[in-house]
Amino acid sequence: MQEKVGPLDKKDEKFVYTSGSHNCGGRCLLKVQVRDGRVIAITNEDDQPDTPSYFQLRGCLRCRAYRDRLYHPDRLLYPLKRLGKRGEGKFEQITWTEALDYIAHKTKKVMQTYGPEAIYLNYGTGNGGQVSERTWLKRLLSLYGGYLSYYGSYSSACTSIATPYTYGTNQTGNSREDWVNSKLLILLGWNPADTVWGTNTSYYLKKAKAAGAKIIVIDPIYTNTAVGLADQWIAIRPTTDSALLAAMAYVLITENLYDAAFLDQFCLGFDEEHMPEGILPGNSYKSYILGVSADQTKKTPLWAESITGIPENVIIELARAYGTMKPAALIEGYGPQRHAYGEQIVRSGPVLAAMMGNIGIAGGWASGKGNEARNHFVAAIPYENPCKAKISVFNWPDAILHGKGMGGDFSVQGVKCLSTNIKLIFNVAGNCLVNQHSDANQTAALLQDESLVECIVVNDQFMTASAKFADIILPADNMMERNDIVQSWAYGDYVLYMNQAVETIGQCRNGYDWVSDLAVRLNLKDEFTEGKSLDEWLQYLVCETAKQNPGFPAYETFRAQGIYRWHHDRPAIAFEKQIANPSQYPFPTPSGKIEIFSERLWDMKKPAEIPAIPKYIPTWEGPADPLIEKYPLQCIGSHSKRRVHSTFDNVKWLEEVERHEVWINSMDAATRGIRQDDRVQVYNERGKIELPAKVTARIMPGVVSVPEGAWWMPDSQGIDQRGSINTLTKYQPTPLAFGNPQHTNLVEIKKI
Amino acid sequence: MGEQLAFYFDQKHCTGCSTCQIACKDKYDLQTIASFRKVYEIAGGTFKKSGLAWEPQVYAFWISVSCNHCEKPTCIKSCPTGALQKREKDGIVMIDKQKCIGCKQCIKSCPYGAIQLNPQTKQAMKCDFCLDRLAAGKNPACVDACPMRVLDYGILPSLQEQYGDIRSTPGLPDAAITKPALIITPHRDALTVSGAKKI
Repeated sequence: MQEKVGPLDKKDEKFVYTSGSHNCGGRCLLKVQVRDGRVIAITNEDDQPDTPSYFQLRGCLRCRAYRDRLYHPDRLLYPLKRLGKRGEGKFEQITWTEALDYIAHKTKKVMQTYGPEAIYLNYGTGNGGQVSERTWLKRLLSLYGGYLSYYGSYSSACTSIATPYTYGTNQTGNSREDWVNSKLLILLGWNPADTVWGTNTSYYLKKAKAAGAKIIVIDPIYTNTAVGLADQWIAIRPTTDSALLAAMAYVLITENLYDAAFLDQFCLGFDEEHMPEGILPGNSYKSYILGVSADQTKKTPLWAESITGIPENVIIELARAYGTMKPAALIEGYGPQRHAYGEQIVRSGPVLAAMMGNIGIAGGWASGKGNEARNHFVAAIPYENPCKAKISVFNWPDAILHGKGMGGDFSVQGVKCLSTNIKLIFNVAGNCLVNQHSDANQTAALLQDESLVECIVVNDQFMTASAKFADIILPADNMMERNDIVQSWAYGDYVLYMNQAVETIGQCRNGYDWVSDLAVRLNLKDEFTEGKSLDEWLQYLVCETAKQNPGFPAYETFRAQGIYRWHHDRPAIAFEKQIANPSQYPFPTPSGKIEIFSERLWDMKKPAEIPAIPKYIPTWEGPADPLIEKYPLQCIGSHSKRRVHSTFDNVKWLEEVERHEVWINSMDAATRGIRQDDRVQVYNERGKIELPAKVTARIMPGVVSVPEGAWWMPDSQGIDQRGSINTLTKYQPTPLAFGNPQHTNLVEIKKI
Repeated sequence: MGEQLAFYFDQKHCTGCSTCQIACKDKYDLQTIASFRKVYEIAGGTFKKSGLAWEPQVYAFWISVSCNHCEKPTCIKSCPTGALQKREKDGIVMIDKQKCIGCKQCIKSCPYGAIQLNPQTKQAMKCDFCLDRLAAGKNPACVDACPMRVLDYGILPSLQEQYGDIRSTPGLPDAAITKPALIITPHRDALTVSGAKKI
């Protein structure tokens, strides 16, 4: 099996190690076969055999199909300038000199006229490399005077903000090799079989199952994770997870299955005896659950049945399982928090973990965001943005419309209020400008108005929905055409070197090249480049990384191996120190405790939408919204295995594997006369999409799913003929995190 | 005959990711047909209304299948020119390009849909167990690609000894037809469902 990476017998053939740098969910070690300057096959690492102690970092269908993306006939090959109206999709070819002159001119003009807060570098995850074009733009714009930045992400907006209100940190996850120590794993809205969520995560779950763990998946869909790994699937209505968790807490309390001593010692606000000073009775979590709070409602399993759609007895059994099988891991996915009140689910899970003392122990899981509780330092390209203003990743349309004077009530941080509207947008390696942001039709209208944003620059490999709204499009190189360094995704103790496999095509350019040329035009070349080539920057990163990681290989060795793995002799357990030695290690919260009740949230004085304890809040366009009479189906945008968000949507090999289609339950389909493969229209007040129907029992009645990431393609009537979920989603940020509620939608479906 | 090679499929843990299908497609550069190995979803059932709640009575599982290099291959019998042959030493069923006239009889005869017509050469094509990889001491591409490690291969009697002798699940043809060299650990839903549609 041993095989050297490098030249083969044939003169012009070689194997190259690289990885995917898109926002994949995994980071795998790809072995790319190149012949005569062309990639002819993509395989996995196989220099070391896959064994129980060495898990190969195997790529999934997305990267294995990558040739169909790399050699796609629609690759953008030269810079383009808009003709006609913005968003119309008409462009003319221009030279790089013309493109960069134009961008430099606009950047200078906007900076001089409005200042740095008018320049926005939009969220995008098409290239997660350490030397991506995004990194270089941040560095250049920082040197030039700064830019408006964002916090949060479209993936994890609510959990990133809300988890720290409970724990003081987002590092609430044990490392995955610890799962074999769990007796029960409850996966709540988490589907790593399709989202990958760290290379080998599903495989670690398989190992946990083999070690005897029971796995329960709670999801509106009988997901591929549930199919391949679960002992039980519980179908739940979207937006109602906190009601389920509240009812589980009710069972644990009333059946006295919980660990009162743990709560007494480590938590604030579980019961009335452990509340901060000066809070009136009736505001503890226990009071809320037992109905001795303002709402006078007991959160019984029967109460939750009517909300969640889960039978009462199933809720009771689930609670008893979690209450008797210790240690247990209640793992929350990000799907349930991409809802109108996504902050609540995030803070509900940790209460249950605390009630059972599943925090800080092997086999347990603290719940909440779940970032791995150990860090590996990998150096980044230095920059310091002098502009301190930030907005939520989701709030940029507000900053376009009324940025000037906009403050904290519209997500602004770092300054009291913004001094200007957004006037110049750089949208690099991302499709959030239209496709992945909510309410595509409204967003498109906003961007079309040239009196608002004066210039939009897009850097991409394809004419995406976002690229159509550019004034200037710069053709990007592909991940197979560049060197870079990428870190593991979410979990995994390694860092990868991406070796360039083939030459860049057409006039596509690497980010460092063109941003350096832009730096020349802004008179910042020397400051920006520090005289370094891209390769020298990569060497710099390895050198800086090695300073904090004794034993890190030299640059050339790292490059040839394609990977460096950190080795640990025991799993990382989140909050292990805080539980084992509380007097020395308080939780990093204001009280030093696990804050089930948060005084910081209490002080915001918005209890209906930002309660101090986690609650079930019925959502707009949820199952309790009267609008359900008109639009009777809850529509979510689950993740498909055949895309990474909107990346890969145009890859036909992957369309062969899984066609883009709306999932509808067989009973809902029957009442509408819809049969398998029928083309249907999904619609609400915000828009209409048309696509084939997948009629299936794998999604619960009353719920449909339009897998996120399909490219928005409106026809002349504005009907999206590919079927982007965001033609239907609402632009309404969540109350605390200003996050994206993109799974909270009501729709109707008809056959066309 | 020598020792029959066979595939093993741990259906129980298959998440349907289809990486095997794509790895095969990439290796053989199959631009005009899907793949020699294909992944099929078998799903059905219903929901029972229970008060205000829904109780799923749903089944779903995946089938990953290629040519099974059957012990009683119908394709060989169907071929009028003798282009299909079962190798003496390992039971791998091969198509001789010199003899294939593209009559499609084998395609019609295979209950697994494992043989396909190359629209360019107008000849039949299918899985050859990655003979080149086997010769180089490697595993078939699909086996090495599987992120869940649910695919394997080996000598049929060894697989039978290790995993039993289940060679079909709902969704697949009756194993008696061709005696596929395929050993399966069935999914829990596959053990209880009846009447599932065939692939």
